[in-house]
Amino acid sequence: MRFDLVAKNWELFAEGMWMTLQLTGLSVLIGFCIALPFGMIRANSNGIGSKLINAYVYAFRGTPLLVQLYLIYYGLSQFEWVRGSFAWVILREAWWCALIAFSLNSGAYATEIIRGAVQSVPEGELEAAKSLGMSPFKVNRLVLIPAALRRALPQYGNEVVFMLHGSVVASIITIQDILGVGRTLNARYYLAYEGFLTAAALYMALAFSVVFVFRQLEKRYLGYLRVSR
Amino acid sequence: MENLIEYAPLLARGALITVLLALAALAMATVLGGLGAMGKISGGRIVRLLVFGYTTIVRGVPDLVLILLIYFGGQRLISIASNAVGLEYIELSKFWSGVVAIGFIYGAYLTETFRGAYLTVPAGQREAAMSMGMRPVQVLRAVTLPQLVRFALPGYANVWQVLVKSTAVVSVIGLEDLVGLANDAGKSVREPFLFFTAVFFAYLFFTWVSQSIFNAAEKRYALKEHGDAV
Repeated sequence: MRFDLVAKNWELFAEGMWMTLQLTGLSVLIGFCIALPFGMIRANSNGIGSKLINAYVYAFRGTPLLVQLYLIYYGLSQFEWVRGSFAWVILREAWWCALIAFSLNSGAYATEIIRGAVQSVPEGELEAAKSLGMSPFKVNRLVLIPAALRRALPQYGNEVVFMLHGSVVASIITIQDILGVGRTLNARYYLAYEGFLTAAALYMALAFSVVFVFRQLEKRYLGYLRVSR
Repeated sequence: MENLIEYAPLLARGALITVLLALAALAMATVLGGLGAMGKISGGRIVRLLVFGYTTIVRGVPDLVLILLIYFGGQRLISIASNAVGLEYIELSKFWSGVVAIGFIYGAYLTETFRGAYLTVPAGQREAAMSMGMRPVQVLRAVTLPQLVRFALPGYANVWQVLVKSTAVVSVIGLEDLVGLANDAGKSVREPFLFFTAVFFAYLFFTWVSQSIFNAAEKRYALKEHGDAV
C-alpha cells in the first residue's frame, strides 16, 4: 500500500472534496427551490399542473441518475440547433450538465418529501391560523411552510446523503470530484486500491457529517414534536 | 429512428443483462440481509459488532466507489495470487464484480429492513407458539416468517427499486449492459439522445413492472378481513 502517494497529493483530494461539496450543495439547493412550489402544488391540487409535476417526479425517480446525466451531457449534443444556440456555452461543459442533471434529480425526490410533509401538518394548526384572521398567503408563510419544513428534516437529510453518493457519477464525465481524483491518482501511479480507498473514506466522512448536522437541526427544530411521542 | 430499430436486438440483450444483474444482486443482498438481521438480533457481542460495522461502512460509501474497488482491487489481488502459483492471467468477470458489489451494498440496507420487520412481530406470538411445544424452526416457519414477509415487503420493494437503478453504474467498468451498449451504439451512429431516451423509458418500464408486482405481492400477504376474496 502506497498511502504516501495519497499524502503527497493531498491537495488534489482537497480540490476534489470541494468539487463534490459544491456540486452536491448547489444541486440540493436548486432542487429545494424546485421542490418547494412543486410540492405545495402536489399537496393541494389535483389539476393538470399537479399531474404534470407528478410525471416529472415519476420520470426522474424511476430512472438512474447516470442515464439522466448521459441524456443531458451526451444526448443534447446530437442536435444541431442545440450546438448552434447560446445555451451551448453551458451545455458543452461537463460541470454545468452535472449540475443540471443533479438539480432536476434532487428536485424530483424533494418534491415528494415536501408533499408528504405538507400533508402531514395537522389541519388544526391551519384552522387556528385562519381563525386568527390570517390571509391564505400569511397562513402559508407563517404556519404551513415552517411546520412542513421541520417535518421534512429527517427525510431531507437522507436526500442530501443520497445526492452526495449520487454525485460520484460526475467523475464519469471527467469531472475531478473526490472519486475523479481517486481514479486519476490510481491511473497516474498504476495503483489498484489507494485512490479508491481514500475516496471511500472521504465520502464516508462527508456522509456522516451530513447525518450529524441534520441530527442537530432535528434537535433544534423538531425537538418539540419529539417530546410528545 | 431506423438506427434504433436496427440496434433493438442488441439493446434487448443489454436489458437482459441489466435485469439478470439486478436479480442476482438482489438474491445475494437477501441472503446477506437475512444473515445480518439474524446476527443483529440473536448474535453475540462480536457478531453484533461485525454486523454494525458492515451496515455502517457500506451505507457511507457510494456504489460506484465500491464497484471500482471490487473490480480493480479484486483484479490486482487475483493477478498477484495467480502469479504466485504460476497460473496464467485470469480476468475477473465484470458481471460478477457488479453482482458482488451491489449485492454487498444492498445487503446492508436489507439487514435493517429485515430486522425492523422481525421486531414488529409481537414477541408474545413466538412465546405462545413455543409454549405449544413447537420447535424454534417450526416457530420461524409457521409463525414468524409469514408475518415478517408482510412487514418487510414495503421496505424490500424500496430497496429493489433503488438497486435496479444502481445497476446503471456497472457500465462504467465496461459491462455490456443496457446503459453500456446504448452508450456505445448511440455514439457510433451519432444519435446519443435517441438511444439514451430509449434507455430512460426502459428503466421507467422496469420500475413500473416491479411496482405492479410488489403491489400484487403486498395484497397477497396483507391481513385478510372476513369476506375478502383471497
